[in-house]
Amino acid sequence: MPHIRVTVDGVRYDDQVEARQLLTHYLRERLGKVGTPIGCDTSNCGACTVLMDGLSAKSCSVLAAQADGHDVTTVEGLASDGEWHPVQRSFHENHALQCGYCTPGMIIATIDLLRENPDPSDEEIREGLEGNLCRCTGYANIVRAVRDAAAQMRASGTAPRFVSEPGTGVPRQAAGEGEPLRPAARGGAA
Amino acid sequence: MTMTPDAPQLGQARLRKEDARLITGQTTWTDNIQQVGTLHVAFLRSPFAHARITNVDVSAAREQPGVVAAFTGADFAGEQGSLPCAWPVTDDIVVPDHPPMAVEEVRYVGEAVACVVARDAYAAADALEAIEVDFDPMPVVLDMEEAVAEGADLVHASAGTNKSFTWPFSAGDVEGAFSGADVVVTRRYRQQRLIPAAMEPRAVVCRPDGDAFTLWSATQIPHVLRVMLAMTTGIPEHKLRVIAPDVGGGFGSKLQVTAEEVLALLLAKRLGKPVKWTESRSEGFQTTHHGRDQIQDVSIAADSDGRIRGLKVDLLADMGAYLMLVTPGVPILGAFMFPAIYKMDAYSFSCTGVFTTKTPTDAYRGAGRPEATYAIERIMTELAHELNMDPMELRRRNWIAREEFPYTTIAGLTYDSGDYEAATDRAMELFGYDGLRAEQRARRDRGDTVQLGIGISTFTEMCGLAPSRVLGSLSYGAGGWEHASVRMLPTGKVEVVTGSTPHGQGHETAWSQIVADRLGVPFEDVQVLHGDTQVAPKGMDTYGSRSLVVGGTAVVEACDRVVDKARRIAAHMLEAAEGDMEFSGGAFTVRGTSQPAATIQEVALAAFAAHSLPDGVEPSLDADSTFDPENFSYPHGTHLCAVEVDTATGAVRIRSYVAVDDVGAVVNPLIVEGQVHGGLAQGIAQALYEEAVHDADGNLVTSTMADYLLPSAADLPDFTTDRTETPATTNPLGVKGVGEAGTIASTPAVVNAVVDALRPFGVHDVRMPCTPERVWRALSEAGSGGGAVAGSPTSLPADSRASAPPGASAYDEDEGGAQ
Repeated sequence: MPHIRVTVDGVRYDDQVEARQLLTHYLRERLGKVGTPIGCDTSNCGACTVLMDGLSAKSCSVLAAQADGHDVTTVEGLASDGEWHPVQRSFHENHALQCGYCTPGMIIATIDLLRENPDPSDEEIREGLEGNLCRCTGYANIVRAVRDAAAQMRASGTAPRFVSEPGTGVPRQAAGEGEPLRPAARGGAA
Repeated sequence: MTMTPDAPQLGQARLRKEDARLITGQTTWTDNIQQVGTLHVAFLRSPFAHARITNVDVSAAREQPGVVAAFTGADFAGEQGSLPCAWPVTDDIVVPDHPPMAVEEVRYVGEAVACVVARDAYAAADALEAIEVDFDPMPVVLDMEEAVAEGADLVHASAGTNKSFTWPFSAGDVEGAFSGADVVVTRRYRQQRLIPAAMEPRAVVCRPDGDAFTLWSATQIPHVLRVMLAMTTGIPEHKLRVIAPDVGGGFGSKLQVTAEEVLALLLAKRLGKPVKWTESRSEGFQTTHHGRDQIQDVSIAADSDGRIRGLKVDLLADMGAYLMLVTPGVPILGAFMFPAIYKMDAYSFSCTGVFTTKTPTDAYRGAGRPEATYAIERIMTELAHELNMDPMELRRRNWIAREEFPYTTIAGLTYDSGDYEAATDRAMELFGYDGLRAEQRARRDRGDTVQLGIGISTFTEMCGLAPSRVLGSLSYGAGGWEHASVRMLPTGKVEVVTGSTPHGQGHETAWSQIVADRLGVPFEDVQVLHGDTQVAPKGMDTYGSRSLVVGGTAVVEACDRVVDKARRIAAHMLEAAEGDMEFSGGAFTVRGTSQPAATIQEVALAAFAAHSLPDGVEPSLDADSTFDPENFSYPHGTHLCAVEVDTATGAVRIRSYVAVDDVGAVVNPLIVEGQVHGGLAQGIAQALYEEAVHDADGNLVTSTMADYLLPSAADLPDFTTDRTETPATTNPLGVKGVGEAGTIASTPAVVNAVVDALRPFGVHDVRMPCTPERVWRALSEAGSGGGAVAGSPTSLPADSRASAPPGASAYDEDEGGAQ
């Protein structure tokens, strides 16, 4: 069984995993990170989206073994010091969720979208979130929330907190808190 | 003193209380629930749409690593019962036996034939491969018309027919209306089969507790499920606790008593350990019930000035292989909605429920009413075309005028209130109707490749399900009431228990607003409890846009009873007569005095202490209400859609969409708007994108989210929404319900727009979903002078496999443009 060392939401884990275990199952069943739900088995819905080294990845399409040496952020790791991430706040304030099942993935995908494009047009938002399906909202308020979050983040100069140094798996926010993980080959996951 | 809210909560766009846990991942989806020692279940499912099971051998599976047990349908034959159908719509309806796990025969692809129970889900799935099953294939029955023809192969041989029931309705002199009419328009419309596709897959966990059981399920109906599990399995109702934790959408698909829920209960009982099953998405697409699937033959008769004389509707409704919880009732709910907002002299309806070897159908957002609304709004548009009349003008000439309410329709429903004029005027203004018509003319005149179409839908619906006696008269097995309890805690905080279990609708927020106003307590001081039959022991759950209308009214009544109880204690505290007490903003005062007030939260503490209560008064302010509505509620609205259709490629783009809905009084406009948006998306998806497709062997071809086209953000437009407000007169809040409105209204608005764009080319219908290929074919066939859609209004358009793919021969623009 592969041995992995992975940082999830700022905490380091050393684990033996089955070679075939999906990252999403590792997160949910081994680490109890059930905030990341599973919506399909074809990587179409995006509900299970997490950040790997700051880039969005569908955790149903990544093997746990491939996360070795990487830094994973789930929806449960977004808030800091009791403060919601601006995208979380914006989803709440714009009523961008109803049942909320797609919401963790939608929020994570939004964070990655705004990292790439801090000032997206409505069309760019819609295309940027194409990989994340929602069945409740008709997306209207999601688009509004993303626009709103973008404006807030630009105004406050919010740094892209979840981007790691490429290839190191060391999240910037966690730097200095422990030994850096050894560099690992990227598994083509992100 | 209490913190009296400054303004009424009703009507305020309060942000949702539910969001905090949903946006931080602190949720309890059923699949998140972990019980120590949980065993995982995997089902072996039929690869045949129809077959006799000649042998099932699970012995090898039992030997696989991690496997604890494996069972066949025969192992449960004595106790699994038959999955319930609670709506036998006629006395002579054929209700086939429906074992949760097939024993002798399978009748759709995906029906469970065996199961493995293992220490983890991976091991359970692996061991399925070791099960040996022999099937003897039988003829598949896929086409409804062939199914009801003489000599058809049978889905249920013992029934001797594929017809489950025929349900007729008639009012007025139908034949007279048609024979005396100037114009008769006859059309056939096809409601394609849809897959509800809630984002959360179904899941169930069941834990034995001695001789009792706790069952968590991703269900819309924990209360109904509890009753039905007891009736199906014989396990006494008081030994069953059902919990619907956070539930990730339903849209009717979780208004069901499923095979997997029954079997999870029986497995937990047999093995004495907690068991868990979560469907994979493709498993869910095959086995969670589908929606729609009707062939609608519709005729409308009118005078030359457009006045409607009569309407005839003849439906074939695909039940699928079995009747599930409310399968037969779905088209019957539609029966009353075909006359819609229009006055007419006569109406007849007939629906035949047909068995096929496909996944059963059942409620899907709107359940019968979208189908009806589609047919009437489409054929009204065709009638306008026949009369050479503006489609909105035809509607104005026939709709119930605002001064005519309350109005009893030809279908026998009494609409309590409505103002179609106001909603329409507002929608026309927001849409810029005249400007778009002018642009449409210009594009037509210059033969633009991209044509503009305008679609109208002036819809209403019956919701707020439902008056129990009406449901009884329609042979439904249960009532339509709803229950609420209001509990005043010693510190003045309030717990509200609702039987209407939500799955994304925001009840925790809306109910808090109602209670905050009614009791005069802060919004933040209210906690809404639901979804657990031990916490919320009575309920009829959430479907049919009923929660606020019925459940909200129960909350209001329970609050009023709390205030009545508190008044007596407050009078005692203030040493005044009960009749002199006034209650406002959460405080009791003595009329005409400047005496200090007693807040209801202080009275709650006094009742708890119970040191000084008036004689004969119980030390509790808590109160219950079970409310049964006297009538349905009737939201309505006008939806206008503009589409651009590329006549070269068949691609449809929604250019603008205006929805003006009248859902009566509004508790939370933010939630209402969100519901409308989501409803529009699902209705538009039926018009343009979604269809469950089967191959000739009955396999579901669209069995993944890659094949079944759920729209993404990139596929949908922005919406312009507004409201008019005509309060319902049948409940104290004046509310009408909004959960299904957008879906019901939008499908015909979009298809009317697509057809409107193509009208000059001789196209009078495009079968849903209006994909580029279907649009292109409709144009192509109309252009060649003989398409089934354009030429023959009573037959279905040719199926897509009939001729060459789009692009093989370009549409002749000149020919089309010249018409």
